[in-house]
Amino acid sequence: MITQTSKKPDIQLRKGQIVKGKWHRHHYHVVKKLGSGAIGAVYLCVHEKKQVALKISKQSASVSSEVNVLKSFQAVQGYHLGPSLIDVDDYQAQNGFTYSFYVMEYISGESLHDFIRRNGHEWLVSLLIKFANDLHVLHQQGYVFGDLKIENLIVSRKPVQLRWVDVGGTTLQGRAIKEYTEFYDRAYWQCGSRKADPGYDLFALAMVILRVYYPNGFTKGSNPKKTLEQKINQAVAIDPLRKLLLMLINNSITEAEQIKDFLLNYFIHQKSKRDKRRRHQKAKSPHEALYPFLEIGSILTIGGACYLYVTFFM
Amino acid sequence: MKTGTLKQILLITDGCSNQGEDPALVASLVAEQGITVNVIGILEDDHTEQPEGLEEVEEISENGQGVSQIVYQDALAQTVQTVTKQAMTETLQGVVNNELKQILGSEKTMEELPPEQRGEVMEVVDELGETCDLEVLVLVDTSASMTNKLPTVQEALIDLSISMNARIGRSRFAVYQFPGRKKPIQQLVDWTSKLDSITSIFAKISSGGITPTGPALKEAMYQFGKKTLRRRFTRDDYTDIEEA
Ligand SMILES: Nc1ncnc2c1ncn2[C@@H]1O[C@H](COP(=O)(O)OP(=O)(O)OP(=O)(O)O)[C@@H](O)[C@H]1O
Ligand SMILES: [Mg+2]
Repeated sequence: MITQTSKKPDIQLRKGQIVKGKWHRHHYHVVKKLGSGAIGAVYLCVHEKKQVALKISKQSASVSSEVNVLKSFQAVQGYHLGPSLIDVDDYQAQNGFTYSFYVMEYISGESLHDFIRRNGHEWLVSLLIKFANDLHVLHQQGYVFGDLKIENLIVSRKPVQLRWVDVGGTTLQGRAIKEYTEFYDRAYWQCGSRKADPGYDLFALAMVILRVYYPNGFTKGSNPKKTLEQKINQAVAIDPLRKLLLMLINNSITEAEQIKDFLLNYFIHQKSKRDKRRRHQKAKSPHEALYPFLEIGSILTIGGACYLYVTFFM
Repeated sequence: MKTGTLKQILLITDGCSNQGEDPALVASLVAEQGITVNVIGILEDDHTEQPEGLEEVEEISENGQGVSQIVYQDALAQTVQTVTKQAMTETLQGVVNNELKQILGSEKTMEELPPEQRGEVMEVVDELGETCDLEVLVLVDTSASMTNKLPTVQEALIDLSISMNARIGRSRFAVYQFPGRKKPIQQLVDWTSKLDSITSIFAKISSGGITPTGPALKEAMYQFGKKTLRRRFTRDDYTDIEEA
């Protein structure tokens, strides 16, 4: 997209600038830009010596919508349903226009791409298990995240955890998905509708994982589902992960909970299989079973040789 | 609160009009009938900057109280649905602003409310956007330069119908091309709720050299049915939707 028409110009905040809220009069000191997208831009700011993230946009309607979602998440204690909400206000810019903004918890961390590049693909499994838990709670609250994509995820530390930002696509179940991105969109791949149900997020989640393997994405081709299956089979070497992805795009997993169950099950199963195999081997190998006798035999032989040596030559 | 059916014309073009009335003027009159005019301009893949012909795009949508966007072909599908949704939200905000004026008795609009109240009003707008009925007349420029873009346009329209049919409210679409043979516009698909079942919409098109955007817009306006014209969203407008 190169142009977007609207009477209000986009807003750029400068490093070092102070953003003062029109209604609540809080001050935010701009440190740097964290990112920008279709709706607006997000800046790292300092407020009362704490780091916060400030999202500002010319579309006050979108800001209000996102704030509504974040507010409803605050009620769910003990889970990371998106960053916590700190403030909502308007900023009267020098150009005479008013811009809506909200302030939220700053989630520090790195992109999923960077994290996996440094730590290895094996981490995907553990990240997925925890993330699926959060997703499950979100679904139980009656929502669907919607615009699940790599850019909207951050790997935070202590503990290592995948967290989502940008609730712009978050939609009440049963309604039409508010925002989506083609590569992650179930309907684009002809694998279902754009009605918000948990399966919509699960499909997008599979695409997030696949995107880790194909950072530049790929096109859908004439048979989109087949393309996906091929891409999964070609790149994903981790057995449970490959199987999981295939199930996710085939709609045979419909609840986020099942992801955790499947992955944990797989590992428990695999461990016991390995144990069994070891026991099996022991019983079968005649070699191993003979070791104690060989050992005793050799001790006796050496001992006997020494005895003879002593009696004959000394 | 309820609204009547939202009506939109979505004009898809890659150039400038060269025949008939000024499309921006026509758009402003169409908007007066309660029909929003949205415009999408398509760029050639090898264009790095916006060609002059596409300046008209913004002019038409602004006069048509709609939304416009200029894009490359590969972003068309996603843009068609964003533009449609954004225009819906803007129209609904307008409706809500009118209500607010009546309730609050002042010139207050949503943007002037404190953030807390604005949030509550936004919930109403979101709700309306999900539940209202929608009619979109798609008007496709089929002049010669558009020929190679028509398959993409068709895909984008199918995609639009997938997006809109995911809503709770009902959506209906009609597709017209312009110029038609001897007429300003020519019907390709009559009002229907599902475009996804339609294949090769643009199969039987003979493209010409002229682009009569103004006259086409005017003709398109009449396709919404004469009885619904000359009415904006008023309080008594929602009575006929339930059984429609
Ligand atoms: N709370 C946060 N903490 C840290 N970084 C954040 C936070 N919120 C957003 N970001 C960063 O800013 C970027 C842009 O934010 P966001 O996705 O909300 O913008 P957007 O305009 O909604 O973009 P789009 O809708 O195109 O995805 C994100 O990709 C993320 O890297
Ligand atoms: Mg984002």
